[in-house]
Amino acid sequence: MTVLAWLIPIALAMGAVALLAFIWSMRTGQYDDLDGAAERVLLAQKEDWPLTEPSDQSARKNDNERR
Amino acid sequence: MACCAPGAESPLPSQRAERPSAEEILHASRNIEDGLVQTDLSVPSAHCGSCIAAIEGALTKLEGVVSARLNLSTRRATVKWRPGGPVPPLLRALSDAGYEASLFSYEDDEADPELARLIRATAVAGFAAMNIMLLSVSVWAGADETTRHAFHLLSALLAVLAVAYSGRIFFRSAWAAVRSGATNMDVPISLGILLALALSVHDTLQNEPHAYFDATTALIFFLLGGRTLDHLMRRKARTAVLGLAKMMPRGASVIAPDGTRTYKPQSEIEPGELVLVAAGERIPLDGTVEVGTADIDAALVTGEAGPLAVTPGTQVLSGMMNLNGSLQIRITRTARDSFIAGMIRMMEAAEHARAHYRRIADRAAALYSPVVHGLAALAFLGWIAATGDWHRSLTVAICVLIITCPCALGLAVPMVQVVAARRLLERGIALKEGSALERLAEVDTVVFDKTGTLTIGELHVARCSVTGKDLSAAAALTARSRHPVSRAVAELAEKASHIEVEEFRERPGYGVEGRVGGDHYRLGRPEWALGRQLSTADRSLFSGTALARNGSSAGFFELSDALRPRAREVVEMLRDRGLAVAMLSGDRPETVSAAAASLGIQTSHAGLLPEDKTAWLEERRREGGKVLMVGDGLNDAPALSAALVSMAPASAADAGRAAADLVYFGSGLMAVPEALTIARTANRLVRQNLIFAVSYNALVIPIAVAGHVTPLIAALAMSLSSVLVVANALRFPRTKQRTTGAAKRNISMLPLPDKAL
Repeated sequence: MTVLAWLIPIALAMGAVALLAFIWSMRTGQYDDLDGAAERVLLAQKEDWPLTEPSDQSARKNDNERR
Repeated sequence: MACCAPGAESPLPSQRAERPSAEEILHASRNIEDGLVQTDLSVPSAHCGSCIAAIEGALTKLEGVVSARLNLSTRRATVKWRPGGPVPPLLRALSDAGYEASLFSYEDDEADPELARLIRATAVAGFAAMNIMLLSVSVWAGADETTRHAFHLLSALLAVLAVAYSGRIFFRSAWAAVRSGATNMDVPISLGILLALALSVHDTLQNEPHAYFDATTALIFFLLGGRTLDHLMRRKARTAVLGLAKMMPRGASVIAPDGTRTYKPQSEIEPGELVLVAAGERIPLDGTVEVGTADIDAALVTGEAGPLAVTPGTQVLSGMMNLNGSLQIRITRTARDSFIAGMIRMMEAAEHARAHYRRIADRAAALYSPVVHGLAALAFLGWIAATGDWHRSLTVAICVLIITCPCALGLAVPMVQVVAARRLLERGIALKEGSALERLAEVDTVVFDKTGTLTIGELHVARCSVTGKDLSAAAALTARSRHPVSRAVAELAEKASHIEVEEFRERPGYGVEGRVGGDHYRLGRPEWALGRQLSTADRSLFSGTALARNGSSAGFFELSDALRPRAREVVEMLRDRGLAVAMLSGDRPETVSAAAASLGIQTSHAGLLPEDKTAWLEERRREGGKVLMVGDGLNDAPALSAALVSMAPASAADAGRAAADLVYFGSGLMAVPEALTIARTANRLVRQNLIFAVSYNALVIPIAVAGHVTPLIAALAMSLSSVLVVANALRFPRTKQRTTGAAKRNISMLPLPDKAL
């Protein structure tokens, strides 16, 4: 039982991190152009950050500042 | 750019010449942060990695452009540029790089919060389902009582949150249906989910051995997954259709009384204003020609194949294209009362057939839910009568609802339609709505428009009595003009275009003239070319377009519209499948009956106004006929919405594309039988899935009624039936070759109407 008290919260927390990561990647437009992302790997260029929709502009700005 | 060959062919070569002006680009752009301006372009031919590099490279090289980014999934380029200087020639740069592009304005793009909501709900449901399943497996494996209780409590917490967040999508739709007094598939689903959750929470708190959290969340996850895929597919089709070039101008140059010219958007132009329409532009609003003569192409508006000559005083309609010459038009009606607006009002009024259609899933739900709910009630009453144990009876009744919860039924239809839409898109057909596929499968009559649908809507030389050097002279003359007749003649001798022509002049409404190798040639209307009135004897000789050398006849060209490649074959194929084929056209009776005869269509009606077409379709509908309408013109738009289901080529007028359920790309009419085949296959698979889901439920209902359902059985039963239904949908046959768009230039001519003169 004591083992479970540790393991279950850890398992849930890991799942939750994955869920949040997914929602974050969606909000920052990383799912907007799946075909393009596959091709862009092969292109030599500096900028590979997706363009976001205007409503998500603020979200993107924050990310840019963080980088 | 060899890799781009298949998608690169534009469906409408004649549209290529129109390129929006700088004002139009500015008008379609919008200001964004940092004082930049953003313009969105649709680049339908982009489809590979080197396209990204080429397009972004070409755009960023332009002066003033800060950044350019291509979205390969939506085929849309977003360009940010610094205003102040001249507007960067974005479209020219792209066409120099080998890509035809068009402006994309924000009104076209409805924001899609629904998709984001669906994906988030699916993600949350998936997270909850996986974790609960993890906990459940240890419960099934026989965890001791305290562990089981702890796991159930934890599952309850996750499940309540997941149902509250992700289940809203079903609850909202079910509530809307119930409030309007109908049922849909979401009613039994919502009821099943909520009851299962309530029973499980109650049992968990009572420390009972069974809880159904795993089945509930897995059910929500499966259903949302299907729904999200369905939505993604439709969005893909919609972006494909929206990405097509807009036919209608967004605005025009207005000439003020003092002679200054300003560019105004279409909605701000008032009646009484004078607008300038240059050669190659479309007329923005209905009006009367005030200055200038020109030939105009009305094919998209009225369905008339040949060009019309206009002179001052002629009434013109919005959407007609000015082929040559420059016109000043006095606007008589605003955008709100224009011909197009009238068509759109008629489209809305005509939508009977579709409004009355009930989707298969909803029809199934209407049968299914009373049966299942009645059965649950009977089970409850039966157990009460037999044992008198309230809790036990209620549990059994709810178990019946859980196990019959139409998970597979909810997936049966959308999964098949997602796969079918994918197959259609592979073949260049965009399906805008799933229910169109169901309606398409029921069709018993196919009605075609003539101009632009069965025919290319482009003139070609059918008969010609000009030979030798006269022919090359004629080709040289016509190579300098963009009139459809000229283009057709120029096609006869393409290498002649480099021949020197002196004193070339184009006389809108008459023809072209010029000096070739010392001889003066005129090509155009016989009266004008020969410089005299025609006698009756002449008339039998010169039908069509005459060529005159130094004032005397050098022969004539007869032109007719060309049939689309394989049109005859398509008509035959449709008839072989037992469908009636008819043709409705706004064109003149001679040309319509000639086209009908050469295609083997018995039922044809000519000279129809848009309201006649809808009336004809309405009559078929009242007789119980199920009509597929295929058309492209603005005059077909009301008919497209009046028919049970409709298809339009990508080259159709904006309103027609908006009204059609399916839009096909490329020039192939083969899209029609192909779409029908896919719709029928889809229909068969949907029926199979429904029968399968229902019989599966019939199989497990006895177990539920007998009270032997454990959470393990419930979870297995649900997941298994969903997986089987999805697997059956994926069985959708894949046809080998892409037939649409192949065999491009295999033109067969329409026979000319007999000249009885």
